[in-house]
Amino acid sequence: MRHRFAALVAASTAVLIFAGGLVTSTESGLSVPDWPTTYGYSMFTFPLSKMVGGIKYEHTHRLIASTVGFLIVILAVWLWRAEPRRWVRRLGYIALAAVITQGVLGGITVLYYLPDPISIAHASLAQIVFSLTMTIAIVTSPGWMGAYSTRGAPPNDRLLQRIAIVTAAAVYVQIIIGATMRHTGAGLAIPDFPLAFGHLIPPNWDEKIAIHFAHRVGALIATVCVLATTGHVIYHHRDRTELVRPSILLLALVATQVTLGALTVLTRKDVLINSLHVVTGGCVLATTVVLALRAHRARFAGVLNAGSKERDAGSTQQDPAYDRSLRNTGAIRAAGDHA
Amino acid sequence: MTFRIHSPVLAVLITSAVCGACGESAQPANAPAATAAPTTNPVDPATAGNITGSVKLEGTPPAADTINLSSDDYCVKNATTKTTKVYVVDGGGLQNVFVYVKDGLGNLKFPVPTTPVVLDQQGCWYTPRVFGIQVGQPFNIVNSDDTLHNIHALPMSNREFNRGQKLKGEKYQTVFTVPEVMLPFKCDVHRWMNAWVGVVAHPFYAVSGAGGTFELKGLPPGTYTIEAWHEKLGTQTQTVTLGAKESKPVAFTFKI
Repeated sequence: MRHRFAALVAASTAVLIFAGGLVTSTESGLSVPDWPTTYGYSMFTFPLSKMVGGIKYEHTHRLIASTVGFLIVILAVWLWRAEPRRWVRRLGYIALAAVITQGVLGGITVLYYLPDPISIAHASLAQIVFSLTMTIAIVTSPGWMGAYSTRGAPPNDRLLQRIAIVTAAAVYVQIIIGATMRHTGAGLAIPDFPLAFGHLIPPNWDEKIAIHFAHRVGALIATVCVLATTGHVIYHHRDRTELVRPSILLLALVATQVTLGALTVLTRKDVLINSLHVVTGGCVLATTVVLALRAHRARFAGVLNAGSKERDAGSTQQDPAYDRSLRNTGAIRAAGDHA
Repeated sequence: MTFRIHSPVLAVLITSAVCGACGESAQPANAPAATAAPTTNPVDPATAGNITGSVKLEGTPPAADTINLSSDDYCVKNATTKTTKVYVVDGGGLQNVFVYVKDGLGNLKFPVPTTPVVLDQQGCWYTPRVFGIQVGQPFNIVNSDDTLHNIHALPMSNREFNRGQKLKGEKYQTVFTVPEVMLPFKCDVHRWMNAWVGVVAHPFYAVSGAGGTFELKGLPPGTYTIEAWHEKLGTQTQTVTLGAKESKPVAFTFKI
């Protein structure tokens, strides 16, 4: 139940990111000049009849953000009251702090007329909130609780763990560069694709061209990282569905994302395509996080058929509450359901 | 846990609200014409001259884009026009060109008019689209539409502001404190709404009207740099030497 709710929160966060993408794509961020009120109304009493033009996007974004914030409050309280693993409870607190910070950043960016650093921080933290809620959904899932043990103990592949983390980091850096490009108005600084002003490397440079080109280079690096990680999974762990599935999804998402990025340039920043590019970027990041988490599953507590002394020793000392819950319920999967 | 989180959050929110309030009060809202005017007019009417001229457009301007007004039903029904107003051409003359004395007045200081310049939001467009104002002169922004607008000034030198006007008849008054040519405005609710103001420290400015004509009246004798600005076609300058009681023509030609 907790897992399903966390999954719902993660999904709603993705919707929120899409709504935020629409706000920037339609340049509606300042169509509501005040915050936390909307044209002097309380956020929840603003009349629907007055939701015209850019206000539709900005106010809807605020309403969805409030809903997501409320859901994360519930999730954090729920974890605080019912989750036996201390680190998972902490994830809930961090998600709550992140979403509150996110709301405040959103307010500050409106009140101070979209200063680039705040807007970029707002866009980048949104992806952290999404990844946090996705992480909570994953670590409360029956599969995680059961250590994906239907095909034996999860692999403790150090190489996979490292490249999965590097991939997630590369994707996140790429997202920050993308947010910088978006908020500094550099999205069309290089107007052609796949070439740049008809060349592989732009013949002329300025700040915006550099940011835009960095995003293209970042896409290349992130794609190589994704190919390395997913290739490793498919070659070495093809029997592990918990790794293969997100890998295949990741490949599909990256292909979609690159296509959307190209179309964003070629359609001169079509609103829908541009916004889908933002949310798909978030999905790519969340999937790399899922893959990295699952690649590390063997290093967390509660692994069946433990094959590593290091793992067992670390787990019981790190997470006694988790083991207590297992003793109480008698089975890991049951513990997962209970959680 | 709730209490532990509550306090810092409140602190952040309060700080943010206070900062927001500071930003608000720092704006020159409701502070008309606080700038001190000089006690005497430096122009001697006995020697003052005029610059008259016209702005021509060479070439055929692109067809005006049709604006998609569907995001606001009020605008669909009440918009005064549904096409862009970038190139307003009248008998070869180009309208909406801001012409002003860019240089040549030295350290002369001029009286600041107390009559407000008005920017109206009417029929989901700004009226006028291009206009001038003196530093310190009262500036009123009015909403004549029965829909919501925000007026967002995007200056480089003056203070940025973004005000919401949700009711018909709402008015906001402010002043600009330093010269700035040009200072753009936009409505983030209705993306097609744009206007530009030229903020200057003297009264010698005009906007080309019918036939692209303009007139700069009452200039003291001297040599002046006259600049003409158009929102798409950029700027042009000319130097004019004006003698006592002289009237000189100036012609600008923009090419597409």
